[in-house]
Amino acid sequence: MSTGLSLGIGVALLAVGTYAIRLAGPILRNRISVSAETEALMDRAAVVLLVAVALTGALFVEHDFAGWARPAGVAVGVVAALLRAPLAVVIVLAAATAAGLRALGIA
Amino acid sequence: MFTIVVMRSAWRTLDAATLRAVVVMCLSVLVIGASYGVAAHGAGLASWQIVLIATVVLAGSSEFVFVGVIAAGGAPVVGALAGLLVNTRNFGYGLSVGKYLRGPSETLLGAHLINDETAAMTATEPDPRRARAAFLLCGLGILVCWPAGAGLGAFLGSVVAGPEALGLDAAFPALLAALAIPALRSGATWAAAVVGGAIAIASTPFLPAGLPVVGALAGFAGVEVMRRFIHGREPSAGPSSPTGEARRDHEVRR
Repeated sequence: MSTGLSLGIGVALLAVGTYAIRLAGPILRNRISVSAETEALMDRAAVVLLVAVALTGALFVEHDFAGWARPAGVAVGVVAALLRAPLAVVIVLAAATAAGLRALGIA
Repeated sequence: MFTIVVMRSAWRTLDAATLRAVVVMCLSVLVIGASYGVAAHGAGLASWQIVLIATVVLAGSSEFVFVGVIAAGGAPVVGALAGLLVNTRNFGYGLSVGKYLRGPSETLLGAHLINDETAAMTATEPDPRRARAAFLLCGLGILVCWPAGAGLGAFLGSVVAGPEALGLDAAFPALLAALAIPALRSGATWAAAVVGGAIAIASTPFLPAGLPVVGALAGFAGVEVMRRFIHGREPSAGPSSPTGEARRDHEVRR
């Protein structure tokens, strides 16, 4: 267990640093005037980031493969989304699939 | 006061389906927050510390990394640096959603609400008024639900069943993917996401947490350069909106 002071410094660093990273985007974005094409580019970049977060989150726990249950659950959720299921259904199906596979002993 | 005014106008702007999506998103954030609370409790943090961290950092995956380092006996500063690396992607989100924040005070407050969920709700919404309303409502909802979930998990501790047994670890990636799907119906975005996603997956076993996702942007830049090269002197070749083709689909889906 770390001491209170070093924990406080760590939390402050993480909180202030994260806020600075977040604030930099809107400030830069609103300082410069951007063309419609650049704007589309930034939106596309955000989607690429989201997909990368979803894919790595579906497949990995830190640096290692997460096992089959999690990606299988995510895949079922994605199929449901492609079939235009509501978001709540997507989430419940993904979680239920992963939980069900684990209950059957498939990690 | 700011909050009330924003909430009321946001409420009126959004249609029922988008509101439902925001509610579902906030509920799942609440549950994932509870599993974070359990993990943080296990790492030896007090309940008030867990809720405070969840509120001031408000970035789930970086908090898991931060708490994980502390639980393993690492220095909090090291955990914070690892967490910051995870959060670098918020800069990219801010470039996209920043256009919906008006004036200095809204920018200062709204910046704290930039995260995966709000970016997913906003960057894929073609209508600017609804995008702005979805950003603010979803952001404020998460500002409440993430710390509340964390506090709940810290309070209940080991009483809560493991998030893995409930399959909750699969819920979040599925949620983000589902929100990204309408935008992926555009060819250029699809190509960029495939290349970027492949880079992120291939590099995750080797790079520190957070960098593979940023690496996906390098792939995106590569795709864009190629596209320009191929289209050569036709400046209008690219679609003017990343969600252009998906616009009608999107309306129906929500």
